[in-house]
Amino acid sequence: MNPVADCIGKVYLAVMSSNNSKKDSFTARRKIPERRKTDDLKFTKVQELVYELKIGDAMMQKVITTTPQTSMSKLREILRDNRISGTPVIENGRLVGIVSIEDFIKWLAEGAQDCPIKNKMTTNVKTMYADEPLIHAVSKLDQTGFGRFPVVDRQSKKLVGIITKGHIIERLLRKMEIDYHEEEIHRYRASHIFEDIIADKVALTFRTYLKGGDFDRAGEASSGLKKTLERLGIHPQIVRRAAIASYEAEMNVIIYAESGEISVEVQPGEIHIDVTDSGPGIPDVQKAMQPGYSTAAEWVRELGFGAGMGLVNIKKCADDMELTSSPGKGTHLKIRIDIRTTQPQTKAG
Amino acid sequence: MTLNEICKILQADFIGDVKDLDKEIKMACGSDLMSDVLSFIKADSLLLTGLANPQVVRTAEMAGIAGICFVRGKQPQPGTVKLAEEKKIPLLTTKLSMHESCGRLYREGLPGCDELK
Repeated sequence: MNPVADCIGKVYLAVMSSNNSKKDSFTARRKIPERRKTDDLKFTKVQELVYELKIGDAMMQKVITTTPQTSMSKLREILRDNRISGTPVIENGRLVGIVSIEDFIKWLAEGAQDCPIKNKMTTNVKTMYADEPLIHAVSKLDQTGFGRFPVVDRQSKKLVGIITKGHIIERLLRKMEIDYHEEEIHRYRASHIFEDIIADKVALTFRTYLKGGDFDRAGEASSGLKKTLERLGIHPQIVRRAAIASYEAEMNVIIYAESGEISVEVQPGEIHIDVTDSGPGIPDVQKAMQPGYSTAAEWVRELGFGAGMGLVNIKKCADDMELTSSPGKGTHLKIRIDIRTTQPQTKAG
Repeated sequence: MTLNEICKILQADFIGDVKDLDKEIKMACGSDLMSDVLSFIKADSLLLTGLANPQVVRTAEMAGIAGICFVRGKQPQPGTVKLAEEKKIPLLTTKLSMHESCGRLYREGLPGCDELK
């Protein structure tokens, strides 16, 4: 099945059931199909939208019209060329009737003798106002079985548009797409948290303390960081890079130092991870940055670490990395990750 | 390839409560070196390893690994199993060696992490 058609069908079903469930709830409960039962309890997005949107939002403004004098054979061309199934009939700027494909078929069945539209049109025209909520159009289309309603302005009573099921579905789909797109933007940028805070500089800082040699809890700080960044709506790729960099740094502290801390600062555009420890320090920082260089003891290697890849990994995950160390005092590792781009700007060789 | 298919190929058993049989595994990597794993593994991979400590699960969590299979019949400590259950990471154990496990999966069409684009 055509996925678009399927999707439209589903939306329409949802629109229609929003109407049906209301109508049926007082009368015949059994009319509601089994699978609808749980849906009745909650207010769906589509239902919300049909109350929120106005008929004027969904209607087609460019209306193809005919006059009472237009011939039925001409109507055929109008319907075909514009791919429509009916038109309002206008005389002197006034709505005097409506003619649809059903009227046309009836005319064909009766022998197709050419005549003006006024002989075949429906004169008792049901109209809707542009400022009515969309749900009214949904209900009326469903109740009357009509395919379309001319839409008039409440004050001037002038024809301003036409509404069909197709227009309603199209409008709902577009609205949902816009809403979904907005939600996506929000989800992938942490910035919305910061938008509500008015200041020259906004940053979220959190700190976790580490205890050297505590292998049972090793990784907990980075696990927490990962969860926090996910909650802030940061892109999964960025979260992964921050988590890996932080985890390698955390393992280094646990392995080599007595104590340390991870301090994370999330700004609207970037994440800064600062890891400091009171460990023995690194005598030769440049050497330590070489892949495979390690001073780790055998027991560290047995844990799957200490293969001289930790700092290399951190560099790979970071956009910027700065390592300073003073032997006997401790080490300070600064990591910066850009939130706006998913790929690191600087690549390790 | 699903986790269930991998289970059959490796004659492996699940450990713990996370038995996500239909979980889709796109590629695999075999290593005992967690830094290596962190460096090149991609999300949604299966990790085959001879290491059975909690850091394997932590590594899997950070790197977004879909599942872990311990080779040569290794059984992780209860703490490790509990951590994996918390993080909803499925654990498997097979009696096969690392070499044979990787070989069988590769033969059945499961690519390595560098191959899958």
